[in-house]
Amino acid sequence: MEIVGQLQKQYVDFITSLFREAYLDDQYVQLQKLQDDSNPEFVVEVVSIFFEDSEKLLNDLASSLQQQVVDFKKVDGYVHQFKGSSSSVGAQRVKNACVDFKNFCEEKNLDGCLRFLNLVKQEFYLVKNKLETLLRLEQQILQAGGMVPPLE
Amino acid sequence: MDAASGVSSIEGIMEEPHVLAVDDNLIDRKLVEKLLRNSSCKVTTAENGLRALEYLGLGGGDRQSSVNDNASKVNLIITDYCMPGMTGYELLKKIKESSNMKDVPVVIVSSENVPTRINKCLEEGAQMFMLKPLKYSDVKKLRCQLMQCRG
Repeated sequence: MEIVGQLQKQYVDFITSLFREAYLDDQYVQLQKLQDDSNPEFVVEVVSIFFEDSEKLLNDLASSLQQQVVDFKKVDGYVHQFKGSSSSVGAQRVKNACVDFKNFCEEKNLDGCLRFLNLVKQEFYLVKNKLETLLRLEQQILQAGGMVPPLE
Repeated sequence: MDAASGVSSIEGIMEEPHVLAVDDNLIDRKLVEKLLRNSSCKVTTAENGLRALEYLGLGGGDRQSSVNDNASKVNLIITDYCMPGMTGYELLKKIKESSNMKDVPVVIVSSENVPTRINKCLEEGAQMFMLKPLKYSDVKKLRCQLMQCRG
């Protein structure tokens, strides 16, 4: 029981810091609320899709920005998708970076786009790392026979 | 919940409305599907406007489903606004132009709060415009609207 208590405290402290530092926002809480006994892996599934999708989008963004003649509309399309996905899983910092990125697309500012591609990439890998840690903690709690403390 | 056999067909539909959800983003499709299923709705998803029209029997292509089957079952259509190819607005127009689907409420969702976009959709006959990502409170609002719709 002591181990479960420790893990649960670790979990609560960690996720609280993620909200405080804006890595995650309320949408992540909504995501947790969607999970139930009929689909206990729902959050993991959605987060996994987010990871896969994002890697692909980052590649597409990089190659589209490397073209001789950059198609900013295409780039904007990719950023729009990324913005949508990150917003839907509650990855607030990634979403915010995408919002700014979009502005540079609209201005057809290549320099700005390249800078923000780097920023979005950075933020994505940060939140990916945090989410993996979070989900791993959840697994540990469950394996130790405990319950994951509900959010809010 | 009225468990008696006297439940009318309209109330029966409202117990488990059938929703067609259209969105090009896989994550958003999964989210809206779960949200609706958890809220006792039957859900069919489509990844773009064309597939949605085909499902409703309005496609006109060789993948047209049986017109009467799907169209009569759908009680609500929720569609994303920004989609490549056919936008949610264009899908809305096609639905409102069809004789057998024009009375089905269509809700437009978008991640962007653009007043001109919202007005355009409402003027074209959209039941509601909502911001993505949807939450349980949004679905509750929708179900209330649906009830009012049927009188």
